[in-house]
Amino acid sequence: MNMLLLIEQILNGLQFGVMLFLMAAGLTLIFGVMGLINLAHGSLYMIGAFAAAAVAGWSGSFLLALIASMAAAAMVGALIELTVIRRLYDRDHLEQVLATFALILIFSEGTRWIFGSFPLFLNIPEYLKGTVILPGGIEYSLYRLTIIGIGLAVAVGLFLLISKTRVGMRIRAGENDREMIGALGVDISVLYTLVFALGAALAGLSGALVGAIQSVEVGMGEPVLILAFVVIVIGGIGSIKGALAGALLVGLTDTLGRTMLPVVFGTFMDASSATTVGSALASMLIYILMAGVLIFKPTGLFGSS
Amino acid sequence: MNSTYVKESLKAFGAASAVALGMALPAVADGHGGKVKIGLITTLTGGGAGLGVDIRDGFLLGVKQSENDGLEVIVEDDQRKPDIAVQLADKMIQSEKVDVMTGLVFSNLALAVAPATTAQGKFYISPNAGPAQLAGRGCHENYFNVAWQNDGPHEAAGATANKMGMKKAFIFAPNYPAGKDALTGFKRMFEGEIETELFTKLGQTDYAAEIAQMRASDADGIFFFAPGGMGISFLKQYADSGIDLPLVGPAFSFDQTILPAVGDAAEGVLNTAQWAPDLDNDASRAFVESFKAEYGRIPSIYAQQGFDTALLIASAAAKADVKDTDAFRTALREADFVSTRGKFRFGNNQHPIQDFWVRKVVKEGDIFTNTAVEVAIADRQDVYASECALKW
Repeated sequence: MNMLLLIEQILNGLQFGVMLFLMAAGLTLIFGVMGLINLAHGSLYMIGAFAAAAVAGWSGSFLLALIASMAAAAMVGALIELTVIRRLYDRDHLEQVLATFALILIFSEGTRWIFGSFPLFLNIPEYLKGTVILPGGIEYSLYRLTIIGIGLAVAVGLFLLISKTRVGMRIRAGENDREMIGALGVDISVLYTLVFALGAALAGLSGALVGAIQSVEVGMGEPVLILAFVVIVIGGIGSIKGALAGALLVGLTDTLGRTMLPVVFGTFMDASSATTVGSALASMLIYILMAGVLIFKPTGLFGSS
Repeated sequence: MNSTYVKESLKAFGAASAVALGMALPAVADGHGGKVKIGLITTLTGGGAGLGVDIRDGFLLGVKQSENDGLEVIVEDDQRKPDIAVQLADKMIQSEKVDVMTGLVFSNLALAVAPATTAQGKFYISPNAGPAQLAGRGCHENYFNVAWQNDGPHEAAGATANKMGMKKAFIFAPNYPAGKDALTGFKRMFEGEIETELFTKLGQTDYAAEIAQMRASDADGIFFFAPGGMGISFLKQYADSGIDLPLVGPAFSFDQTILPAVGDAAEGVLNTAQWAPDLDNDASRAFVESFKAEYGRIPSIYAQQGFDTALLIASAAAKADVKDTDAFRTALREADFVSTRGKFRFGNNQHPIQDFWVRKVVKEGDIFTNTAVEVAIADRQDVYASECALKW
């Protein structure tokens, strides 16, 4: 494995991590501020991708498609918050899981009903296609670099929102003590809808960005959702910094694990067994990582005890 | 129980059987074919749903065209989960009392369901999955495969790679039974050197790591097996990567359910299958026209496989009563129907002996589809047939 390959794999890990961050940021906010486990987050990711595919097909503009994905996911998010989620805040986590799982089923069937069972077409816009040469001679996909850029920009933006604005202050206060800020006169129901819609918009954006290089189909959100939960557990619930750190860690571990483990095993096993054992171990790696982090820091890397 | 009671019961039983036999005979003799209850379990939701939908639609079209009102089809969705497929199969066999099971798309589900089905004395006729385990030592007289044995399309891809002049291949497939069969099949026919061999995760959507390895390798061509959404993701990412190596693969990554979502990224790629939409025989042309008229889209290989499966079952139902399993099995083995492939026959392990075609992805107007180029391997029988103990 040469240096160029290693650096390209690190960039891939970063890109994967950034995509996970967009999902995890919304999830961790919702869990941290509202104490709500939202399994329907994966469906919001899917809705963003489908909205983007539909708008891109109709208008031809990728930028419009991205905006549409965030808007659609935010609207759907606000809608389910007002109708369903609102009733779950005071309930047991298990009941929240059941209710949001039901939402997954409703959204999956609904999307299939509207768009059909076959995957949709969504592609990278012409101006983002192809590769660029980075310093050091590394050829890397321009689109993936763009995803890394957008993700980091969102991270900075969220950070500024949470720490420097009034809304952010209320969100932090809400994470700390829900009842108190209600007693202090802040309208928490509006705050909650806002946070939920924000989380949903991030998930939708992630779905649209990733949908352009993957398959836009029903059920695309669930595998990412599971990874997002692993990320927020590693990073610490409620912490955006934790979501970023956890996401990058998971992204790098998964990508580097998948590529390096078979090579490591290949030094003392034949190619076929090395790939089988290596890939099997690699898919367990992030869960082993999560277990490891929890042993030393039970509330996650940046979690508050 | 006294003897009078036993005698009365025997008389009643005798009368009932006579009536039953009397009713059964006309059902076979009326010319349209006997009654067969068919359980079709396939993937209709989740990843890979497009494949199941096409198999179902092709199958139902075949049932409709057979004009046999006695064919009853019950359709269920396995959601690509083996445990759900097994539950549904149990329900169909024990509660709905189906005679024939069919429909499964994926080999891991087929390996969970087919052996249990045949062990309970029912027929399993596969319209898609053809794992090696069920073609060789694990073959069963009640298990038929109408599509291919998994290695087939990949062997044809290996032969095609040779013709393309490939000398060092980079190959990968998902880590599940059909994926392993894919790489085995390719390596069996490919005469060059395997530069790298990789297994990806089933359902994997991000191939950046694998593409980086391709870039760093010195292979001169790529063979891959990635059905459904996996293929779409890989092709889009590969097209954007700037790597210019030729691709070859089985039709599963280039079929009609995928091409609309992939677009230009697949144009010109050679792929292999037992059929192409523009195959030059009357049955195929009629099938494509009627499928387009019924469903408004071009059929994929999955639809064609579902269609041929339905025709096979109908042809057997016209000759024998499904309750007489030996007679029905003989009728199935005869494969006395006009296949969209032109010619069709079974080997001793009840898998097809058939031609595999090379197809090319082309754009016809606004639509991407495949056109048949030439035969890759003719009259190919799978290598596991000799390990199967069935002789007939």
